[in-house]
Amino acid sequence: MATEATARPDLANDDIGEEARLALWRSQLEIRHVEQRAHDLFLQNLVKGTVHLSLGQEAVAAGFAVAMEEGDYTFCTYRGHAHTLARGASMSGVLGELMGRECGLLAGKGGSMHLTSVEHGAMGSYAIIGAHLPIAMGAAWSAQYRGTSQVSVCFFGDGTTNIGAFHEALNMAQIWKLPVIFVCENNLYMEYTPIGDVTAVEHPAADRASAYGMESIIVDGNDADAVYRVAQTAYAKARSGGGPSLIEAKTYRQCGHSRADPGAYRPDAEVEEWLARDPIPAYRRRLLDFGFAESAVDGIEAAVLAAVDAATDAARASPPPPPEILETEVYADGGAAWRN
Amino acid sequence: MAELTCREAVAAAIAQEMRRDPSVVFLGEDIGAAGGVFKTTVGLFEEFGPERVRDTPISEQAIIGAAMGAAMTGLRPIAELMFSDFFAVCWDLVANEIAKSRYMTNGQVFFPLVIRSANGGGARFGAQHSQAIENWAMMIPGLKVVAPSNPADIVGLLAASIRDPDPVVFFEQKSLYGTRGPVPDGEHVDTLGTARMVREGADATIVALAAMVPRAVEAADRLADEGISCQVIDLRTLVPLDTRTILSAVSDTGRLFTVEENPRLCGWGAEISSIVSEECFYDLDGPIVRITTPHIPLPSADNLEDLALPSVERIAETVRVNLG
Ligand SMILES: Cc1ncc(C[n+]2csc(CCOP(=O)(O)OP(=O)(O)O)c2C)c(N)n1
Ligand SMILES: [Mg+2]
Repeated sequence: MATEATARPDLANDDIGEEARLALWRSQLEIRHVEQRAHDLFLQNLVKGTVHLSLGQEAVAAGFAVAMEEGDYTFCTYRGHAHTLARGASMSGVLGELMGRECGLLAGKGGSMHLTSVEHGAMGSYAIIGAHLPIAMGAAWSAQYRGTSQVSVCFFGDGTTNIGAFHEALNMAQIWKLPVIFVCENNLYMEYTPIGDVTAVEHPAADRASAYGMESIIVDGNDADAVYRVAQTAYAKARSGGGPSLIEAKTYRQCGHSRADPGAYRPDAEVEEWLARDPIPAYRRRLLDFGFAESAVDGIEAAVLAAVDAATDAARASPPPPPEILETEVYADGGAAWRN
Repeated sequence: MAELTCREAVAAAIAQEMRRDPSVVFLGEDIGAAGGVFKTTVGLFEEFGPERVRDTPISEQAIIGAAMGAAMTGLRPIAELMFSDFFAVCWDLVANEIAKSRYMTNGQVFFPLVIRSANGGGARFGAQHSQAIENWAMMIPGLKVVAPSNPADIVGLLAASIRDPDPVVFFEQKSLYGTRGPVPDGEHVDTLGTARMVREGADATIVALAAMVPRAVEAADRLADEGISCQVIDLRTLVPLDTRTILSAVSDTGRLFTVEENPRLCGWGAEISSIVSEECFYDLDGPIVRITTPHIPLPSADNLEDLALPSVERIAETVRVNLG
């Protein structure tokens, strides 16, 4: 009996705490359900273009975002719905943008690959591999220069570690001791090619860290708690002037690279192994182990689903963007005039 | 009025703006203690210190990316690319990220930054350190493009570029760095998007940019001795483009010549030619003629480079033949 009692996680002595745990749970669910909805809407031909989903990778976005402070900057890639939502951008803004509606975060001018919500610290989704590492580093330089405690966090994939901008940004971040955290979401594939086939080292990010005077850090990217803890350590280091971190989060995308990709190149056993490690049911089990009431845990999921339904309705009801905005916001005066 | 060289004018403009606005920061290779490879930044490191005048590694993507990230979060960075040819190694940041992000986010971000760079030929550096690439930047929506021809304009237009809320690509013609000229005393700030009539004339309009301006003026002086009267317009800014000044000038003279340092295809003169033929065709008394570098990479030997770039003789001869 006594052993059973100690084996059970103890919320009173938990380093993460009740509030953060529920926030991690809610954030992962919001991402999962919005993305599943995006997938459904794509199949109904209501979402156009392409979408790159983070199904299976939710714990990385949730772990970092929940540990963040208001005012911190998030920079992410075309696989950026998760990170944008995790910072608090509205679901209808995200779905509306995917559907090319006026209510979209970018009023239909950017689309799925460029989600941005500056008011939430989501500083943009960048679709040219590697570009946003130097940009995130520059935002960190700005924070350092202005003397704030803001941290800039940059999410990217394993494939991105092989492009030059990655190396330029890491080097400059380290020599200037900038408050930036580079987070490599290693989902084992670049687009369709296994990362191991195209990379000189086993761990595409972590094995490069020493070249830039950084610690080699690998975390289980399917465990929101582990991500949250590693994030907290990196934030504290950045805020105290300790400089940049590079973190490799091992994870897996449960779907293809984008909507055009069924992901057939992935071995069945590999897919099964990673589906068994789905971060969401695992987190639910953990909450129940901690003694959270099942009704409360599932109540959060029901509320999230209701919010996704409402956001879907709002996005569907929103008109297409007005034609008048076609030639606006090219320049800071709000217009597109290049001549007098 | 003080007499400054173009290279001194660059440092003077940056110092003027850094003194008045602490959000102006400056980064690039060898710009700090070394004073710049063209000695255009002498004294800035000493006055403003390493926090504001930052020497960088040889990392053009990181330099431009850092400027972008800093600009979108409250600073007004100036980034130096040592040679404009090096835009090619960070073109993604310039053309895809900086230029487009305001539009793509429907105005959520803006980029008050300047990328300055030594541009153009005449120094015998060969094809990878001599290009005139104003047209590369001109064709990307979202950028502003400036290319001054004299020290006063360098101070005034660089100051205006630093204060501008949009990203400005600022080209300094490297063969002009040693040119001296008067610069107004006190704070000097000019206006982007304004061309200037630098020589009056009645028979033809010659539009030129940067290093081609003094050559066009000299050609016009020679032609005047022969009884041909030419106006010369210094464009100064390609984006925004002062089409009003050009169109009204061409309406007066009826003839237009452009003098471009860039290779022929898709040079800025082609755009001006297209605008003029669409909008004041019936004021023209003859074809619009473009004087450019041939469509070749620039060679390095003295005689070959001189042959390639539009010279005073070639400008004068082209006008003479076409008006004759
Ligand atoms: C410079 C550049 N090259 C190629 C592409 C095409 N591309 C888009 S995503 C992608 C794979 C990126 O892999 P990774 O960094 O692992 O990110 P993931 O998609 O797995 O999240 C590629 C090659 C691109 N967008 N930009
Ligand atoms: Mg990948």
